[in-house]
Amino acid sequence: MKKMIAVLLLMPLLSFAVDDSEPMEDPEFQARYETLVRELRCLVCQNQPIADSNAPLAKDLRRQVREMLLSGSSDSEIYSFMTDRYGDFVLYRPPFVQRTWLLWLAPGILLLLGGTVLARTLRQRAAMPIDDDDEDEGAIE
Amino acid sequence: MTRFIAPIITLAILVGFFFVGLHKDPSIVPSPLIGKPAPVYELPLLLKPDETLGTEKLLGQVYLLNIWGTWCPGCRVEHGALLEIERQNIVPIYGLNLKDDPRLARQWLAELGDPYVATMVDTEGRVSIDWGIYGAPETFLVDHDGMIVHKLIAPINMQIWHEDFLPLIQQLKAAQP
Amino acid sequence: MIPELGLFALVLTFCLAFIQSFAGLAGAYWRKPEWLALVRPMASGQFVFAALSFGLLTWSFIVNDFSVEYVALNSNTELPFFYRIAAVWAAHEGSLLLWILTLSAWTLGVAWANKDMPIVFRARILGVLGLINCGFMLFVMATSNPFIRLLPAALEGRDLNPLLQDPALVIHPPILYAGYVGLAVAFAFAVGALIEGKVTSNWARWLRPWTLLAWAFLTVGVALGSWWAYYELGWGGWWFWDPVENASFMPWLMATALIHSLAVTEKRGLFKSWTVLLAICGFSLSLLGTFLVRSGVLISVHAFASDPARGLFILIFLGLCIGIALGLYAWRAPAFGSGGGFKVLSRESFLLLNNLMLVVAAGLILIGTLYPLFIDALEMGKISVGPPYFNLVFLIPTLPMVLLLGVGMHSTWKRARWEMLWLRLRTPLSIAVPVALGISFAWGRPSVLTFVGVFAGVWVILSALSEVRQRQKMGRSFFALPRSVLGMLTAHIGLGLFVLGTTVTSVFSIEKDLALRAGDVVELAGYQIKLETLRNTEGPNFDAVEGVVTIRRDGEMVTTLYPQKRVYRVQTSPMTEAGIEAGWTRDLFVALGDDLGNGSWSLRIQFKPLVRFIWLGALVMAFGGLLSMSDPRYRKKRQAEAPAPELAEGTAP
Repeated sequence: MKKMIAVLLLMPLLSFAVDDSEPMEDPEFQARYETLVRELRCLVCQNQPIADSNAPLAKDLRRQVREMLLSGSSDSEIYSFMTDRYGDFVLYRPPFVQRTWLLWLAPGILLLLGGTVLARTLRQRAAMPIDDDDEDEGAIE
Repeated sequence: MTRFIAPIITLAILVGFFFVGLHKDPSIVPSPLIGKPAPVYELPLLLKPDETLGTEKLLGQVYLLNIWGTWCPGCRVEHGALLEIERQNIVPIYGLNLKDDPRLARQWLAELGDPYVATMVDTEGRVSIDWGIYGAPETFLVDHDGMIVHKLIAPINMQIWHEDFLPLIQQLKAAQP
Repeated sequence: MIPELGLFALVLTFCLAFIQSFAGLAGAYWRKPEWLALVRPMASGQFVFAALSFGLLTWSFIVNDFSVEYVALNSNTELPFFYRIAAVWAAHEGSLLLWILTLSAWTLGVAWANKDMPIVFRARILGVLGLINCGFMLFVMATSNPFIRLLPAALEGRDLNPLLQDPALVIHPPILYAGYVGLAVAFAFAVGALIEGKVTSNWARWLRPWTLLAWAFLTVGVALGSWWAYYELGWGGWWFWDPVENASFMPWLMATALIHSLAVTEKRGLFKSWTVLLAICGFSLSLLGTFLVRSGVLISVHAFASDPARGLFILIFLGLCIGIALGLYAWRAPAFGSGGGFKVLSRESFLLLNNLMLVVAAGLILIGTLYPLFIDALEMGKISVGPPYFNLVFLIPTLPMVLLLGVGMHSTWKRARWEMLWLRLRTPLSIAVPVALGISFAWGRPSVLTFVGVFAGVWVILSALSEVRQRQKMGRSFFALPRSVLGMLTAHIGLGLFVLGTTVTSVFSIEKDLALRAGDVVELAGYQIKLETLRNTEGPNFDAVEGVVTIRRDGEMVTTLYPQKRVYRVQTSPMTEAGIEAGWTRDLFVALGDDLGNGSWSLRIQFKPLVRFIWLGALVMAFGGLLSMSDPRYRKKRQAEAPAPELAEGTAP
């Protein structure tokens, strides 16, 4: 029975929330608001941004974002307000810092690595004689 | 030759990480506030709504701050342990009642017993944001200087109390003449 | 009695699979014809008993046998019949049983198809497949037995998770698993080739149809999951880069790379060790996904109830399986030889580039998905890697890949000439640019990146179509094109549709969250959307509030939508059932949020242009895969290129 309860607690309980607050008058503020609430991760329903979560905390954080925007805070001030309290975990876009450089440089590293291997292979292959009969004629294209 | 060995080495590294990862809970987010001063706030009390309490008034003592609400099942689970800790009379426990109906909260304390020296009321959840709270129950340990020393994001029980909190409290008390 | 029989059937399946793998691997090693003869019958028996075991669990669901714990946790007497069957694979234990059944089915297929495959090689492949299935059956019996009794029996079941009570989710897992597990065939082929120490053109020819089939299943499975998330999770998004999604997407990318690499290996005998490595990696990523989703090491929207013992078991199994394969790879692959040459501008180069980009894309997803785990394991704190990261880095390899695909399709083997390519491509190019401009300006002002995305989609489609025209010019009618070529072109057209849909939807969607009362009208992208009324309604196992929303355009009625907010009676969890007006050019999406009091409700209204192209594209891709697979030449017997390593006395490899 104990196991059963554990299973039930872990069931994914997902439903989306509609942000019922009035849109802001200034469309630029509204656009910034929409970006901000999509980039902040809800800590209660951990796989939703605060924009989509109906957890009370998400609601409070949306209010916080809205108030800070209206009082003139910049986006980075709002992000650091959140990370000061909850840590980098709230950021869906991890900041470029010492522990994330590998993450952010991964595309470059992988492409460079792959590109080098590719270039070497192509050079080797191009230097090989091309035998026009080595093709498997019956092969399926 | 490297390119033939690289895959299995990658696998070994991954498996190593997974093995460590198996023993960790990905959903627990440590607080960045550990080692930092407690946020400044002042809130009305649950039982004496005319009086307020806050960081400044709590300076100079080692105390626990426990975040709870009647809507939180884990809070009911830990309540017995809180009463037990209060009976040991080692540190005072302050309560922070989060987003709750004050009547229900008062009824809860009357029925289950009141382990708190005082309970503050955060109806709107603003102070809780400053404390970085995301799931009640949570329990903070704050030192004489108002620094946050430790945080527990789970119902407290006697084992956690003895293993995690008591040694820290003894250290703090030893450091302070 | 029925559940006990089910478990007994599973134990028998295990025994048969074990005999199959022992007879196959040892029989091939010691050249024992009488052992080898056992392999095929064992494969058949394994399938029969796996099906029996699965059928008996299904039976327990049909008759609502709540004395079985798994049934009691996942079903209910009020649950409609259709969903009672789907509930069999709704949670961890049953879905593993489905996995085992699926693997048995693939094994059966490999055992009886490919008539010209040497007996010894087939025995090896079946031996490997049998071992994999044994591992999973051990896992079920040791940690995840779905037949466990509940004493005393529950009077009523806890019901199926409401999120899963949906037609798409009924067929999503079987199809996805068919793809996931199908990659095991490629894995087994790779291990078989490594044991024998050689990769032949025939090897690639046998493997290609299996890979195409698995890939097609995987494509449909992933698309179904995305479609389901779109309308059932209620957010109107179609991809969230959640670990569970990434777990299915990485094997897909690998399988896609494998299909292309196999083409080169078959045609030219090149990239042998690379192809083998891809074949190993595809299934390895399937296993990895299983581990990630079932062990609780990552936070996901749909992690199965996790249990460290299960996680450890899969981790050990995964390590052994992949470790042995990669160990063999390190040992045997260097001897595969490298084959002939080709010029820098050639079909081979383009396919190699395609492989590189796909593998880099999969690698980036892997790194992004696992990075929080790495950081945590190194005690460096907790971080999140979410959609902003993935959306950005995924484009880096894939956008150039799609742009180059249009050229690559037309280049010839060994060497191609720029003049020739230009001659073929200038027409599609000159059409693609204005068409892409037209499409990207249809919904507003596009950015450069938007234009490039739209162009990439249009370009691939037109380039594929021009290939058809070229072949016609050469005197071959459309239907005389080999099916493998038709399939390839179809799949690429599907990719183009997908790219087009993705770009336009992500850039030009409009989303509004509003508080509305009955009678309120809002304007969205030229449509007048009116919340007429709200009413209570009920289903077989839920109660709901239903909105009646009419949509007009310039006063003319377009449609009426009925978005619902459901509360399922047993699990009492709220569920959003969106109202969607689907169309070729756009979807209108209305979801009912919360009761805000005094008669007003929150609604999310969305305009999603070309969103259907995303799933349409995936379906077209999968269809292309099936078309290609059905090419009769794959089934034609060919002379073996070397004396077949039959049972003749000889040296073991």
